[in-house]
Amino acid sequence: MAKSITHEFMKGLWEEVPPFRLVLGLCPTLGVTTKMQFGIGMGLATTFVLVCANILVSMLRKVVPAKVRIACFIIIIATFVTLVELLMQAFAYPLFLQLGIFIPLIVVNCIVLGRAEAFASKNGLMLSIADGLGIGIGFTMSLAALGALREILGAGTITLWEGIELVNLVNLFPGFQPFQFMVQAPGAFICLGIMLCFMNMVGNR
Amino acid sequence: MGEMIKMVIVLTILSSLSGGVLAYVKESTQERIEMQVLQLVKGPAIMSIFKDATNDPVADRFSIDDEGTNLDFFVAKIDGKQMIAFETSGKGYGGDVGLVVGIDTSTDKIFGVGVTTHSETAGLGSKAKDDPKFAAQFAGVDIKGPIQVGDPINALSGATITSDAVCSAATDAGEIYARLKPQIEKELQAFK
Repeated sequence: MAKSITHEFMKGLWEEVPPFRLVLGLCPTLGVTTKMQFGIGMGLATTFVLVCANILVSMLRKVVPAKVRIACFIIIIATFVTLVELLMQAFAYPLFLQLGIFIPLIVVNCIVLGRAEAFASKNGLMLSIADGLGIGIGFTMSLAALGALREILGAGTITLWEGIELVNLVNLFPGFQPFQFMVQAPGAFICLGIMLCFMNMVGNR
Repeated sequence: MGEMIKMVIVLTILSSLSGGVLAYVKESTQERIEMQVLQLVKGPAIMSIFKDATNDPVADRFSIDDEGTNLDFFVAKIDGKQMIAFETSGKGYGGDVGLVVGIDTSTDKIFGVGVTTHSETAGLGSKAKDDPKFAAQFAGVDIKGPIQVGDPINALSGATITSDAVCSAATDAGEIYARLKPQIEKELQAFK
């Protein structure tokens, strides 16, 4: 199989898009997607960690002894996660308040460790960056899509970023009653299931 | 043996580098983070209590060491009287409920309260923060207590535990105030 940078990047966007195709990283997927905005924020934070971790793991892949590689990966990932947590507190505090515990939990997000182990530790620098970016952007888009679906059903709005509302059904149709259920935990499973179903239908054609 | 040593060396170097980088970033972002917390968490609660202040209560502050923890006190001037506010917390339904309690130092009565951080149920417990009527009940209550649900505070319907948490935070504030009063009065001289 010829490995091209474009291929490694593109595969993360559809073929191996993490929550749907790989069904990895479901904890944040289900937990933070009550609003589109939180999905985007979480996705970007994860992308940053993913790309940085892939870069370092790929650069150090000849130095790190095989027996302690997982420990080394965890150190690298945890460092970047803490970095993101501090930077987010300093520069995007409202988002940090909303995402809360899910930011430190990126450490145990199996997408990040999975890409380090399965890809970056075996491939060169450029390929690893492309892989991290692709998977990260795919993850961000999935979270944003799921967040948008849950938000429009559960609250009647779609919030792109703090204060930027794309759609507001409650204002458009004053009689609209949002399904509170959709922004609670069971709604996450149901929306994820419906989206998976549609993705498989399209994919099987 | 050689592999063993290599493992130890690699792990040691990685860990020390990681520790160094994080210590540096933590050091350099600390001040900004504290400002963000002040402005975005405590700030709005303090400003909602001291709407009519003639100074900036978030800027005029001092801290007192209370049994090992540093407590920030915010000073407001309203009608020539000095008020102070500080944050305490109580155990709520979904975790700690942070409460800023404003106290009129001339009468030792609560001037107002405002919830800062909480993780209570949206629509029920979250009303402690969102429903101004709940917080308004605290105004004028004697800080020495007793401050409890039933009398003088009516609970939020469907959120008894949250209401208890806010009352216990206010009671704690009363205890801290009583304990630190001499120090608080000394510090307040500077803001006269």
